Amino acid sequence: MARVTAGVSTSHVPAIGAAIDNGKTRDPYWQPLFAGYEFSRRWIKQEQPDVVFLVYNDHASAFSLDLVPTFAIGCGEQFASADEGWGARPVPPVRGHPELAAHIAQSVIQDDFDLTVVNRMDVDHGLTVPMSLLFGQPRAWPCRVIPFAVNVVLYPPPSGRRCYLLGQAIRRAIDSFDDDLNVQVWGTGGMSHQLQGPRAGLINQDFDRDFLERIVTAPDELSRMPHIDYVREAGSEGIELVMWLIMRGALNDKVTQKHRFYHVPASNTAVGHLILENR
Amino acid sequence: MALHKPYADIPGTIIFDAEMARIGYHLNQFCMSLMQEANRQRFRADERGYLDEWPMTEPQKAAVLARDYNRMMALGGNVYFLAKIFSTDGLSFQHAAATMTGMTQQEYAQMMLDGGRSPAGNRSTQENSNG
Repeated sequence: MARVTAGVSTSHVPAIGAAIDNGKTRDPYWQPLFAGYEFSRRWIKQEQPDVVFLVYNDHASAFSLDLVPTFAIGCGEQFASADEGWGARPVPPVRGHPELAAHIAQSVIQDDFDLTVVNRMDVDHGLTVPMSLLFGQPRAWPCRVIPFAVNVVLYPPPSGRRCYLLGQAIRRAIDSFDDDLNVQVWGTGGMSHQLQGPRAGLINQDFDRDFLERIVTAPDELSRMPHIDYVREAGSEGIELVMWLIMRGALNDKVTQKHRFYHVPASNTAVGHLILENR
Repeated sequence: MALHKPYADIPGTIIFDAEMARIGYHLNQFCMSLMQEANRQRFRADERGYLDEWPMTEPQKAAVLARDYNRMMALGGNVYFLAKIFSTDGLSFQHAAATMTGMTQQEYAQMMLDGGRSPAGNRSTQENSNG
C-alpha cells in the first residue's frame, strides 16, 4: 500500500531559484538561507520518496484569467518549467505519476472536494524552487511529482479549514492506493510577505513563529483562522500559507518535527521551512 | 446587497478580488502575452503599438507605459501578472516593490534586511487613526 511518510513545508520565493540557477548560494546574502536547508538535503537522501504530492500555487503562469481553478491536480506524464517572463528556469522536466494522480482525483472528488483535472500545464517557481531547495541541481529529479495547484492569486482563495480537510481527504486517497509507494506531501508558499502597494515589504515574525508552532502542535485550531487574519497580519501574499494546511491535513495528528528553519529576508519574503514525519 | 469586504480598511493594499479581476481582465491578459519571447521583443520595439492591440482602457495603457505599478493595481492589475512586465524589463520583484513604496531599491532592500515593514500601525486605517 502507498503510505504518507512525511510532510515538508517551505517558502518558494523566485529569487531563491535565481540564486541557485546563477551560482550565488554562497554569497553572504544567501548563505544563511541555504544553510537552513543543509539538514533537509541530507534528510531527503535518506528518506528518498517515490512520489511527492506537491501543493503550490501557480503565479499567473499556467493559469491566466481565462481559467482560475481553485484546486487543480496534475494528472499528466510530464510538466515543463514555465517561462515566467525571463525565460524558463534551467531545471529538469517534472515527471508526474498519472496512476496515483488519477486515483487521488477520483477518491477526493467522491469525498466532496471538487478538483480540476489538468493533463497539460507548465509549472512555475512555486513548484520548482522547493524541488531545487531539497534536491539541488540534478540532471533528472529523483522522484515522481504530482503537482497540486491552489488558487491564492484571485481572492478569495479556499479557507484554511477547507485546505486542512482536503489534506485529510488526500491522505485517505493515498492510503487506499495499492502500489507500495513512499509518498511525501509538501506544502509551499509564505511566510509573511506583501508584494504590492505602499504596504509592500510587510513581515510579521511573531505571526510566522506562532504559525510554525501551531501547525505542528494545534493544526485543527490553526485551520480555523479566517482569511482576514492572514491578509492583515501576514500581508496580501501571506495568505499562501493556507497551502501548508493541506500538507498538515495529510499527516497524522501527532507528528515528529525533524527540522524547523526561519529566516528573514529572501528578497521581499520571510522564509519558513518544516520537516514533519508521521509517528 | 453588497458583499462584505473586511480587507477594505487595510492601508496601502488592494486585494485582487473578483471585482478587480473583472476590471483588470485585459490588462492582465496583455501581461500574460509577455511570457513569450517573440511578444516581449515586439513590446520592447513598440510599447504603445503593442498595447493598442489590446482592448485596455487608456488609463491602463498610460500606467503601463509609465511603469506605475500602484496605478496598474488600482486599475485591476495583479502583481503576479504585472511581474511579466518588470521581468520583460529585466527587473526584479524587489525593484518593482520598491517603486510601489516610494523608496529607492537600496532603501527598500535595507528595510528588508532590517526585518521588513512592521505590521504595527499597518493593520488597518482604524489602527492608524487611533495612533
